[in-house]
Amino acid sequence: MTEVTSNVAGTDRELIAFRIGEQEFCVDIMNVREIRGWTPATPLPRSPSYMKGVINLRGIVLPIIDLGARFGLATAEPTARHVIMVAHIGKRLVGLLVDAVSDIVQLTDSTIQPTPDVASDHVKTFVKGIFAVEGGRMISLIDLEHVLPAESEAEAA
Amino acid sequence: MSDDPFEAIKVTFFQECSELLGDLETNLLALENGEGDIETINAVFRAVHSVKGGAGAFGLEDLVRFAHVFETLMDELRSGRKECDDVTIKTLLRASDVLADHIGAAQGVAPPVDAARSAGLVAELEVLTHGQAAAAAAAAPVAAAADEDDFGFTPLTLDLADFGAPVELPSLELPSLELPSLDLPDLAALTSAPLAAPSAAGWRIVFRPHPRLYASANDVSLLLRELTRLGQTSVELDASGLPSLEALEAEDAHLIWTIVLTGDVSEAAVRDVFDFVEMDCDLSITALGGAPASVEADLPPLPVLDAAPAEPEFDIAALLAKAAAPVEAPAPAPVVAAPEPAVVAAQAPVAAPAAPAPKPVAPAAPAAAAPSSPAAVAPVTIRVDLDRVDRLINVVGELVIQQAMLAQRVMESGLARSSDIALGLEDLELLTRDIQDSVMAIRAQPVKSVFQRMPRLVREVAEMTGKRVRLVTAGEDTEVDKTVVERLAEPITHMLRNAIDHGLESPEEREAAGKPAEGTVRLAALHRSGRIVIEISDDGKGINRPRVRGIAVDRGLIAEDAVLTDDEVDNLIFLPGFSTAETVTDVSGRGVGMDVVRRSIQALGGRISISSNPGKGSTFTLSLPLTLAVLDGMVVSAAEQTLVAPLSAIVESLTPRVEDIHHVGGHDAVIRFRDEFVPMVDVGRVMGFRDDATTLTGGVVMIVETEAGSRAALLVDAINGQRQVVIKSLETHYRHVDGVSAATILGDGSVALILDIDALVTAGRRKSNRPELKMAS
Repeated sequence: MTEVTSNVAGTDRELIAFRIGEQEFCVDIMNVREIRGWTPATPLPRSPSYMKGVINLRGIVLPIIDLGARFGLATAEPTARHVIMVAHIGKRLVGLLVDAVSDIVQLTDSTIQPTPDVASDHVKTFVKGIFAVEGGRMISLIDLEHVLPAESEAEAA
Repeated sequence: MSDDPFEAIKVTFFQECSELLGDLETNLLALENGEGDIETINAVFRAVHSVKGGAGAFGLEDLVRFAHVFETLMDELRSGRKECDDVTIKTLLRASDVLADHIGAAQGVAPPVDAARSAGLVAELEVLTHGQAAAAAAAAPVAAAADEDDFGFTPLTLDLADFGAPVELPSLELPSLELPSLDLPDLAALTSAPLAAPSAAGWRIVFRPHPRLYASANDVSLLLRELTRLGQTSVELDASGLPSLEALEAEDAHLIWTIVLTGDVSEAAVRDVFDFVEMDCDLSITALGGAPASVEADLPPLPVLDAAPAEPEFDIAALLAKAAAPVEAPAPAPVVAAPEPAVVAAQAPVAAPAAPAPKPVAPAAPAAAAPSSPAAVAPVTIRVDLDRVDRLINVVGELVIQQAMLAQRVMESGLARSSDIALGLEDLELLTRDIQDSVMAIRAQPVKSVFQRMPRLVREVAEMTGKRVRLVTAGEDTEVDKTVVERLAEPITHMLRNAIDHGLESPEEREAAGKPAEGTVRLAALHRSGRIVIEISDDGKGINRPRVRGIAVDRGLIAEDAVLTDDEVDNLIFLPGFSTAETVTDVSGRGVGMDVVRRSIQALGGRISISSNPGKGSTFTLSLPLTLAVLDGMVVSAAEQTLVAPLSAIVESLTPRVEDIHHVGGHDAVIRFRDEFVPMVDVGRVMGFRDDATTLTGGVVMIVETEAGSRAALLVDAINGQRQVVIKSLETHYRHVDGVSAATILGDGSVALILDIDALVTAGRRKSNRPELKMAS
């Protein structure tokens, strides 16, 4: 885990950064309700491949999305070291399966740059923008609204 | 006041309205059955009056107008001036239907009220209230009023004193003022010299609230503020009736206000201020420096109810004497100055607004208040937002699961059963179950709310079909979960319509068959082995079996030579596309009859059956689970996944024998089940949990019946037992998944999917050749 980066002027937002493979992403901390370890999920029939199924979160039947698979990145079978971030998307609560949570980042909106055109792959759909933090790392800000499958997408998969 | 709280109050008003309508109907029906007494009539009056009061506050003009006419007739009845005969009660019942329509329309949940129907009933009510001639006159110009010998019109001459606003009065104010309370000399004096009562001088108002006024959440300070808007006021409080603090009963009313209102104000305007509290106070309005404008200020009910009128309690002279040294207060001051004790008196009822019927209190003026207090002590209730109850139920559900998990872990740890921990856990389990039962009981509701809607339906259907029907209900207090209550109305409605339309004969036919002309339909609810059973029986002609059979053959539903028992013939009417109505009537018989009823009941996990006795009538019996939050399920496993099949769909389970399984083409298989070939559905494969077509003999087969009545054989690996599961929707946080109706959480904390039998069978039929459904991940 790296140090908390707090020297960016005008701390407008707090973000949770996490890793999938070699890449770093983040979401607004206000959207994340809790972080927990991976537990085996009950698979759902007729679901896209990135839907890992549902788990019991204290009585809530929580759908689990494998974010890496959702972004089209290579993924492995989840282990106990994987992490589920429980996040609000609209009125829904979903679990986002990621490799590890790495950091809490503070930044102002002005430091966010638009996603460059080179990121032409699938990932771009879900990335609102990118920004640099200390140590030359680049973090992509995720737009959670697009993470849940659209009606048509779920049927097709 | 912002829009929001106002809307919230309105919502409460409509909630109260539906309760009031229920009471109204119950009481009217009691009257119809000859069980009513004066208190019943009073209750009806109060219900209508409350609706009118609330409606007035929200400016629901149509509703107020209708309720007012209704109320006026009720007033005639309770005063004994009008006989409460059959015709009147029938009219009142129909009026209550229209009143419900008006409320629905005002609420925006129902279409606008049929104006002609409403006006027709208004006319009928007026005829009943005033008699033929007077009713006609009511519609006619008011000039004729003075000549009328009947009640209701004379006060108009008072209003003429103020030429300003006589127009709105005929519709609202006029009938509520009463001739009997005016003695003739006064009348003569007033009519001969209407201007002699100078409105310019002002009014002396003596206002003594009853405890009920506070209990209805009225606020004296608001009334006083209202008065200050009319003109210059000086307010004096007579707190002499106030007992010492120790003796003070918080819900009593002890205060009397005397308000001197100067300015050019009509008496009607003053009365308007008190319009909705008149019932709950003693009010005397006297013209300043003149004779009393109206001798008796109480509303009509009081002279009737009170053997001793409230008048002597209010010796105006005495009050005037007390007012000898009135405190001249500036206009807004009375509001602020509304003294502490008044607030104390008002607070207690306000703090408990959910108990609309206050306990009878011992008022300062017993003669005046006692008769208007509700006779029976209403059960103390609170209104709770359903969301809160649901949240509680969810949390308790989690508690139950957590407790089960804990118990399992303790067992696994190898502790002795007699150890303190194990014993403590047992107690915990009992407590947990207790809590769960109690919580579910919170949401349980009597089926009364549904049954209460039925008399109206029966009346309407009877009217449409020209039949005479008497509805008898039983077991209204039977309780079921709210989720079930809400969904009972539709099937019951449908079956009652059917019973009247198809079951009962016309009065002529009935008489010819030696039965009373009036048919009886019985609607009953009861608990039976953990389910609620609703029975709807009629004493009509029963099912015409040869005809039902003929139709079924005609429509190709059964073979011509099929051998069927009487019961089987009766149950043919539940088949899709079966309708026996020869003509499509407004009432029923659109060809979507009983099969729709059956499907909607099966969707609730219920069953329906019929038994019929030719010439004597038929009985429909439907049984439903007590709650939709919990499901009786069969826990099964398929392809290493644990699944739950709704028990209500399972007909039988068996271990298939090789010789019973027959292949039809590639993977399609059927199983022979009691001389019937039933298509097999491999659950593991259709759900996409495995791709390969395993042998069909290794597992267990559950014969299931779909809502449409067709059968299928679900092949699973093993059946793990039967249990009650709490239903958790997948849609809340994800979406609908085909083949899955919901999810549940098992004792070990894992999630299991509940199978949607219908979707599964359909999918199995469509895709049995191709294992195309992929498993997640």
